[in-house]
Amino acid sequence: MPDKRTTIDEVVGELRDGMTIGIGGWGSRRKPMALIRALCRSSVKDLTVVSYGGPDVGLLCATGKVRKVVFAFVSLDSIALEPHFRTAMQTGAVETLQLDEGMFLLGLQAAAWRVPFLPTRVGLGSDVVERQRDEIRTVVSPYDDPETGEAEELVAMPALRLDVALVHQNRADAGGNAQFLGPDLYFDDLMCQAAKRSFVTCERIVDTDDLLKEGSHHTLRISRLWTDGVVETPNGAHFTSCVPDYERDEAFQKEYAASAKSPEAWQEWRTAWLDLDEDGYQRKLASR
Amino acid sequence: MTTTTDASGSASATAGVRRADVCCVAIAECFRGDGEIVANPIGTIPRIGGLLARASFEPDLVMTDGEAMFSNADGVVEAWNPYRSMFDVVWSGRRHVIMGGSQIDAMGNQNFAAIGDMKHPKVQLLGFRGAPGNTANNVTSYWVPAHGPRVLVPQVDVVTGIGYDRAAAAGAAATRYHSVRFVVTNLAVLDFETPDHRMQLRSVHPGVTVDDVVAATGFELVVPADVPESRTPTEAELALLEQIDPAGERFAEVPDA
Repeated sequence: MPDKRTTIDEVVGELRDGMTIGIGGWGSRRKPMALIRALCRSSVKDLTVVSYGGPDVGLLCATGKVRKVVFAFVSLDSIALEPHFRTAMQTGAVETLQLDEGMFLLGLQAAAWRVPFLPTRVGLGSDVVERQRDEIRTVVSPYDDPETGEAEELVAMPALRLDVALVHQNRADAGGNAQFLGPDLYFDDLMCQAAKRSFVTCERIVDTDDLLKEGSHHTLRISRLWTDGVVETPNGAHFTSCVPDYERDEAFQKEYAASAKSPEAWQEWRTAWLDLDEDGYQRKLASR
Repeated sequence: MTTTTDASGSASATAGVRRADVCCVAIAECFRGDGEIVANPIGTIPRIGGLLARASFEPDLVMTDGEAMFSNADGVVEAWNPYRSMFDVVWSGRRHVIMGGSQIDAMGNQNFAAIGDMKHPKVQLLGFRGAPGNTANNVTSYWVPAHGPRVLVPQVDVVTGIGYDRAAAAGAAATRYHSVRFVVTNLAVLDFETPDHRMQLRSVHPGVTVDDVVAATGFELVVPADVPESRTPTEAELALLEQIDPAGERFAEVPDA
């Protein structure tokens, strides 16, 4: 088994301008925030970000890293709408591909299975299709439906092919086998499978022998087959939740959300919480 | 004081009835007859109303704990249902969702993505979330806590959940499992049981007149000759509502008129 341990900076060093990046988690839950913070500090730009969006999308928009967002929502969960994302949308700062949550899953699955699209009813008649025909098209089934005798016209959800996937898990081993211990994997496995290269951050790197000590075999959903690098980043999903290791830091998230109120407030927050490396961030947090 | 009779035959007083309780009962009624499917009412009063339905006349309903589990009335986990499994449920049709909407039109189209152009919005809202998939695959109803002409509009800015006209235009694959059933508001219950599926007034809540509802609606409603009053809670239902919502969150969402 190869040793895939690496560092946040080395992972960010793999990213290039214009890449399409998939980010795991859901809303303000188990986001690879240590990597996102480092990406915000980097010179990388013009990214297409594919995410069940939370503060990852907000931070990347606020720091000018994003050309296009592929999303079904961008939410902080306890705060319904990501305020930095809202600003980016209302000032015309980013292009979008807007999807239904389920189309997102199908797009990742299509990329993972190396097929150009997957058919679905989802999106029919809605502005996901009607206003985005340049990117979302329909397909007529080659089969007559056994009940109706007719060939249905369905949405052909295109593959969401990713250059890189970034996900955060509770545990991993040095080879990149990764484990989620919370109630929901979200779509982190599909993100990895849809990407050319995938990087996993985790709360703790453990011996492979120890993976089953904290969770059943059902929790081992990301095999090293799908991962190219693994980084131990304790508290690395902060301020999003990473249960059972920790809950969302709601007080911190409120401060983050309030920083969208004015350019001055944002500059202040950015100086305090982005313009320092991950060790500095965690030390500062611990001393609050 | 007047009395009305609910479907189970028990009498209830309308004097002193609280609007939020009527709304909860109206939400519960949305699920009547649904049987063993996922009742997925989103929002404060919808969730309370859904729990009321399960605790009374629809005991077989399956409900989420709001996260990744199906749990019963005692909070005991019945099954694991992470987000990915929820799509299996939606696309199988074994679900009745109650969503909100920033805008809803006469044909049942819903918008909670954006005000203005979705690519260059005046106000960015939630995004499409699961609305296109929900409306194309499972039964959908809507909850509107503040019935007014800016919510019930002639035309939605963005079609997130599809109404009857947009489903028909998209073809047989879109209409096959499409069913927008009810719109419950703080003033009334509305449905689409008209020949052309235009929204019609089904009942008005106690203390609300037909004219009130017409004035608060931004398009021409179908108004039958006789519009009944919405059902009021029974004593048993009031007791259940107190159990389900002891903090009275429902009264914060819909204050008494």
